[in-house]
Amino acid sequence: MSDPILSLLDLKLGFKTYEGLVEVLHGISLRIGRGEKVALVGESGSGKSVTARIILGLLQELKSARISGAIHFDGADLEKLSRRERQALRGTRMSMIFQDPTSSLNPVFPIHVQFHEVLRRMDRNLTQRQGMQRAISLLTDVSIPEPERVLQAYAFQLSGGMNQRVMIAMALANEPSLLIADEPGTALDVTVQAQTLHLMRDLVVRKGTSVLFISHNLGVVREFADRVYVIYKGRIVEHGPTDALFGQPRHPYTKALMAAVPRITGGGIPDIPENSEAFLDPMIDHEVEVPA
Amino acid sequence: MSPVVQLLAKRLSISVIVLIGVSMLIFAIARIIPGDPARIALGPNATTEQVMQLRDKLHLDESIIVQYANFVSDFARGDLGISLYTNRPVMTDIAQFLPATLELVFVAGLFMIGFGIPLGILSARHRGKAADNVIRVLSLLGVSAPSFVWAVILMLLFAFFLPIFPIAGQISDTLTVPPRISGFLLFDCLLAGDLRAFADAAHHIVLPAFALSLSGIGQAARLTRANMIETYDKPYIEMARSYGFPEQRIARRYAFRPSLIPSLTIIGLDFAAMLGNAFLVEAVYAWPGLSRYGVQVILRKDLNAIVGTVLVISATFLIVNIIVDLLIAFINPRIRYAERSRP
Repeated sequence: MSDPILSLLDLKLGFKTYEGLVEVLHGISLRIGRGEKVALVGESGSGKSVTARIILGLLQELKSARISGAIHFDGADLEKLSRRERQALRGTRMSMIFQDPTSSLNPVFPIHVQFHEVLRRMDRNLTQRQGMQRAISLLTDVSIPEPERVLQAYAFQLSGGMNQRVMIAMALANEPSLLIADEPGTALDVTVQAQTLHLMRDLVVRKGTSVLFISHNLGVVREFADRVYVIYKGRIVEHGPTDALFGQPRHPYTKALMAAVPRITGGGIPDIPENSEAFLDPMIDHEVEVPA
Repeated sequence: MSPVVQLLAKRLSISVIVLIGVSMLIFAIARIIPGDPARIALGPNATTEQVMQLRDKLHLDESIIVQYANFVSDFARGDLGISLYTNRPVMTDIAQFLPATLELVFVAGLFMIGFGIPLGILSARHRGKAADNVIRVLSLLGVSAPSFVWAVILMLLFAFFLPIFPIAGQISDTLTVPPRISGFLLFDCLLAGDLRAFADAAHHIVLPAFALSLSGIGQAARLTRANMIETYDKPYIEMARSYGFPEQRIARRYAFRPSLIPSLTIIGLDFAAMLGNAFLVEAVYAWPGLSRYGVQVILRKDLNAIVGTVLVISATFLIVNIIVDLLIAFINPRIRYAERSRP
């Protein structure tokens, strides 16, 4: 971890309001090594999402935002870059996955148009056909059957899980060094969310992408991340390797957070083969008394 | 069948039903309002016998159902009857007066789209700044005053105090009017290759069309602004930004099209409403459109002409709405595909 892909040092964020400056982040420091998957965990309003948006340089566009501290991305000081240069990083060297895939895709353009737009960020002369071919192979990577059909469709015609895969494929299309996933798939149902997360993990591991994974869901974080930062009221209260942190939480907030998770032993829904007896006769396990 | 064809077929069949309803309604209303059309047409000096003769000729003594049946069978042959006011077939009258009105409404519609939508976009992009405030006040003014008031104000300002535009009429008296081919003067000027006449006619149409379109411009600007601002808060705009697309491109491609959808519906309705407002604007500018005819035939209780005029205006309204529906289907894939998935 000598040369991190991203490091935040004493990052502070305030918003100018009529009642003066309201500070939201009180000095956040974190680092993500190359190929490392780091989670930022906390409840809503703790400052997770604004942190992501500062890293992308989106919040800097807001006039009321006051940002201080150092953000280094791949050796470059982001605060020293111009607006244009920050914009040039987005979608190429860092990209983001959002909470609700279906409403994050544009409703009036089919998927392939949006894909083409994303791929063109790297290669301005990309033709329609080349773009289509790249998109098909990217969609195959996220296990989408019939990628040609999906590319012609609109987001509202696809299921949430399908859109989530499309979004993952788009975010990884330009092989970014850093992927920010802001509560990915929270809008989806739990099984679909788990499936797409597995997929995403396999892909980033294969491509060596560093990930900042933002979530309030400890179960998901435990499975996904190498290291965890716990954020509470705009401060990092605890951090460490996932296993160590989950094994021995020290900060009272982390303990409270973990106590709040309902425990499920076993894990997951058991797979029932289609030719099993239970499948053919749903009553087989239940001794139902047949009235005479 | 493609969803768009399906949509078109559905809208067309609904329109036919609406037209039948309108024809029944206006047919009955025209006959219920007091006054004897035969007496009004013949004047106070006619004898009772003459009046009876005309009533007989017009089948006014038959029951209203028989009269309507006659009307329908005539209409099927493209005959709307004879106007008692001009003594010509109603069809001929309408063919003469309608194009001028349509031309006026059409140019006003172009103004509404051409000024209203860009002003709305400008307003949304500079939300809260001076430009936004100026546009908002102006569009509120446009919406709140009826178009005939604007007609008078604009005429006073730009034709009387500052004589930039001609005060009234469709074309200068000094010019020879090109041969009537389509009935649309601007178009006929072009067909005749007479650019001087075209420029003159265009010069004449600016003020009345602008007066007619002002409330529409205001409406379109306000709506486009509100929709743009709403669209800018959508997740897909943030996603577009997170991919580093330039702001210009986000505005043009990602924000504009989704926010155009609701605006377009209202623009269609406004467009149709302008047909009604055109009557008053035409009266102010002595525009040779359907308005003078329409008012005269109502005052004279000219049954055939009233029914014919109302039907033509309703039909125009319906056609404009169908065009708008198709346009919306074109820019909104959800409509194009929803027809298919509906059970």
